[in-house]
Amino acid sequence: MSATNPFVHVDNVAKRWNGQLGVENISLSIPRGSFVALLGPSGCGKSTTLRLLSGLELPDEGTIAIDGRDVTNAAPSDRNLSMVFQSYALFPHLNVAENVVFGLKVRRVAAAERREKLHRALEITGLLGYEDRKPGELSGGQRQRVALARAIVANQPLCLMDEPLSNLDAKLRASVRKDIKKLQTDLGITVVYVTHDQTEAMSMADMVVLMKDGHIQQAGPPEELYYRPANTFVAEFVGAPPMALIDGAALPGVGGAARVGLRAENVTVAEPGQGRLSCTVADCEFLGSETFIGLSHPAASGLTVSLPGLRHIPAGEKMEIAFSDKDLHFFDAAGQRLADPAGQPAFTDG
Amino acid sequence: MADHVSNERRRQAIYGWILLSPAAILLATFAFYPSLATLWSSLFSRGTRRRPSEFVGGENYSDLFADPVFWKVVTNNLIYAGATIPISIAIALGMALWANSKLPARGFIRTAYFTPTVLPMIAAANLWLFFYTPGLGVLDQIGGLFGLPSVNWLGQPETALWAVIIVTIWKEAGFFMIFYLAALQTIPEDLKEAADIEGASRWTYTRRIVLPLLMPTTLFIAVNALINSVKLIDHLFILTKGGPNDASKLILYYIWEMAFAFFDAPHAAAMTILVLVVLGVVAAVKFTILDKRTHYQ
Repeated sequence: MSATNPFVHVDNVAKRWNGQLGVENISLSIPRGSFVALLGPSGCGKSTTLRLLSGLELPDEGTIAIDGRDVTNAAPSDRNLSMVFQSYALFPHLNVAENVVFGLKVRRVAAAERREKLHRALEITGLLGYEDRKPGELSGGQRQRVALARAIVANQPLCLMDEPLSNLDAKLRASVRKDIKKLQTDLGITVVYVTHDQTEAMSMADMVVLMKDGHIQQAGPPEELYYRPANTFVAEFVGAPPMALIDGAALPGVGGAARVGLRAENVTVAEPGQGRLSCTVADCEFLGSETFIGLSHPAASGLTVSLPGLRHIPAGEKMEIAFSDKDLHFFDAAGQRLADPAGQPAFTDG
Repeated sequence: MADHVSNERRRQAIYGWILLSPAAILLATFAFYPSLATLWSSLFSRGTRRRPSEFVGGENYSDLFADPVFWKVVTNNLIYAGATIPISIAIALGMALWANSKLPARGFIRTAYFTPTVLPMIAAANLWLFFYTPGLGVLDQIGGLFGLPSVNWLGQPETALWAVIIVTIWKEAGFFMIFYLAALQTIPEDLKEAADIEGASRWTYTRRIVLPLLMPTTLFIAVNALINSVKLIDHLFILTKGGPNDASKLILYYIWEMAFAFFDAPHAAAMTILVLVVLGVVAAVKFTILDKRTHYQ
């Protein structure tokens, strides 16, 4: 895991289509055995980055090295990696067993070894007994597991996953998320995982790479993105609800910051006359254990306060809020994070 | 309650019959009745002024089996089917795989391949008549450049059937290619990518993934090609009229000759029934055996 010799090293890679921006200036160092999530809104270039890693696309600029070997222009099959596709890309006319061992057959692995690896892969993914089913006879979750089994059967050290859970319903997604994470830890493989769902990225990844418009906005552990967003885009993307941004001018005593960020959990309701901002209630969102009260204020966007249990406050009602200075995030006019002026960042406190 | 249910059932049944009836009426009028009428008339002798038509049972059939021309025609048709079906399918598949890849002039190539299909068979036959004409024809002119002797492709028994076969393949391959192209476009791009990641060569991908997924199309095309090999005889009228010496005569052309040139309707009817039986057996094989082995998406 030494930083000088990462498992996957992407250096200043760019890919453009017809002169248009695909991805630009992508540099990444991925340690061996880590789980990296490429996160971002659709069209941000996260899938392109994954396809560049896989070799299904070749970069216009920059170099890619995997396991110390330059693979910038190598064929996908020469990169020792496996891939799980968003659509699973299972061969519809082959049954589960044939789908899983397809790659082994192509690589002329002996039949006995193939059977053994197939058994193990199906065991790990809980698919024993489904060998003879065609993909069309499986549920979405089972198909997803076949795709996983196909990815792990060859025991490649690097596995790329392109939104593997996006076709599953919410409940299944949560359980498969745990399975994938456990699989990754048990097998000790390196996973690069593309998702637009920040819950997936935050809960599974050791390192989250947040992208926008073909550029990396911030790369780091999930807590760093959450507690120290590098710019206002990260601040507004990560977290549910996202961080509220307030014009610096509306808050006296925040120094030179153009924008001030504030998370919902750090906002409290104040007695009339005691609060730092006076807002109007815009909407209430009941989530069971808590209710998010959306607030509107002329100099702020995304202001939310979280109240326990079921609350119903009519829209238009006045509400004053309070928060402490140590929970504020400061950004300059370009949206970049300013050095924390006082105190420590929140996540090193506890 | 029971009353209500049985009423509902009856209503459903009537509804079903009403939906079925247009197709049933059309099929009965134009397919079932003519087939039965043909079977019926194949069992009677040919009526003349002096000897009226009478029931002869299988005599028309035994006449046919004793007729050397009939066997010549059957052999011709088997060769014709055996050559046109696989060759036109193979060419169609090859052209489709090529026209489906990322080519600069893909649209033009597809159109060019499809052009023979939009020509009427008669027009195509006239075109090829010009190609085949001894001395003047394109083939002879090209052959002449290399000092080859003039060949009368359509006029000699050894080459006539093959000349006809080539016209049919030329006409059919482009048509079948369109079906293959359509089928190829339904194969998701990511299957190719998944195979690439696993290191499958282009050939392995084609053989293990593409061809099996094209199986339903191949089956459909094969049935069509088979039907055409029995049904498509327009070009014979232009090119050879079945000659020389019955060398290029196909069964439907013989049936036509029998019925409308020799005015022997009972023997023509008997031959028609034999063709129907063979095609029926093939259809049964297709629906029972081949369909089970084919993956439909």
